[in-house]
Amino acid sequence: MTVPLEYFVIVGAALFMTGAVGFLIRRNLLVLLMSIELMLNAVNLTLVAFNRQHVGGHTGQIFTFFIIAIAAAEAAVGLAIVLAFFRLRSTVRSDDADLLRN
Amino acid sequence: MNKLELAFFGLCSVIALLGAVVTVGAKNPIRGAMGLLSTIIGIAGLYLMLAAEFLAAIQLLVYAGAVVILFLFVIMLLGPSAQSKRDARGAVARYVGAAALLVSGLGAMVLVMRTQSGTPTALPAVPPQFGTIESIGHELFSTALVPFELSGALLLVAVIGAVAVARGKQVDPTLLPAADAKPSQAPAPNAAQTKEARS
Repeated sequence: MTVPLEYFVIVGAALFMTGAVGFLIRRNLLVLLMSIELMLNAVNLTLVAFNRQHVGGHTGQIFTFFIIAIAAAEAAVGLAIVLAFFRLRSTVRSDDADLLRN
Repeated sequence: MNKLELAFFGLCSVIALLGAVVTVGAKNPIRGAMGLLSTIIGIAGLYLMLAAEFLAAIQLLVYAGAVVILFLFVIMLLGPSAQSKRDARGAVARYVGAAALLVSGLGAMVLVMRTQSGTPTALPAVPPQFGTIESIGHELFSTALVPFELSGALLLVAVIGAVAVARGKQVDPTLLPAADAKPSQAPAPNAAQTKEARS
């Protein structure tokens, strides 16, 4: 008997919560982007685990494939935005992104 | 339950979870990127256990080979200022919110575990061709053809957008003194020097 499905889902949930908590408590824009990557990875793991239970098709794995592509695009654009922000304010703290506030 | 399989599962999930904690908790962003790398490797191992060989390879290629390296490039480009200083403004509200999220998430996990019928769901046997490149490629180019082509367009737009955003404005040299006269409220003491050096 193999490792049951629930174990994978629990690991995915724990990873997602770590990423979400990190997104809330950190202020470094780079760490925020990394937390987003963590959450996307957790969702991917859950999708692949459920696809393993329904072995008739590959829907979960196809979804994961597209999510990986979108996460790569998001990382590229997000890091470009961080660079542009750093050029503007010489910092990467998310609290300093308040140009529209005043 | 196969002992060896369970041990591999435990190893991979511990690597992934420790990496996630390091990513979130590390003060130095380079350590955070290394934690992200360890999470990605652990998840690739879990993909292998779930009979998704193609996705495990893609995970290592795209995440460990491209995304983490991109993070490291940006961190090294920013230099020491990539590590932002801590301050206590609004810290209580943030930590209370994060703790509430953590408690509710843990509670949801406990509730789900208590309501299940007792015996864990055994995974069915893997059919041949499940998760291989051939079968996923066949499905990708038949049922998921339109999203596949659209993701190509998305990646192209993302590349162009990233270059356009990161390149910044090309300043007209005759306008430079006016652009520099704007007061900057950057906290870093060497901000003015770096700005001059860049222009």
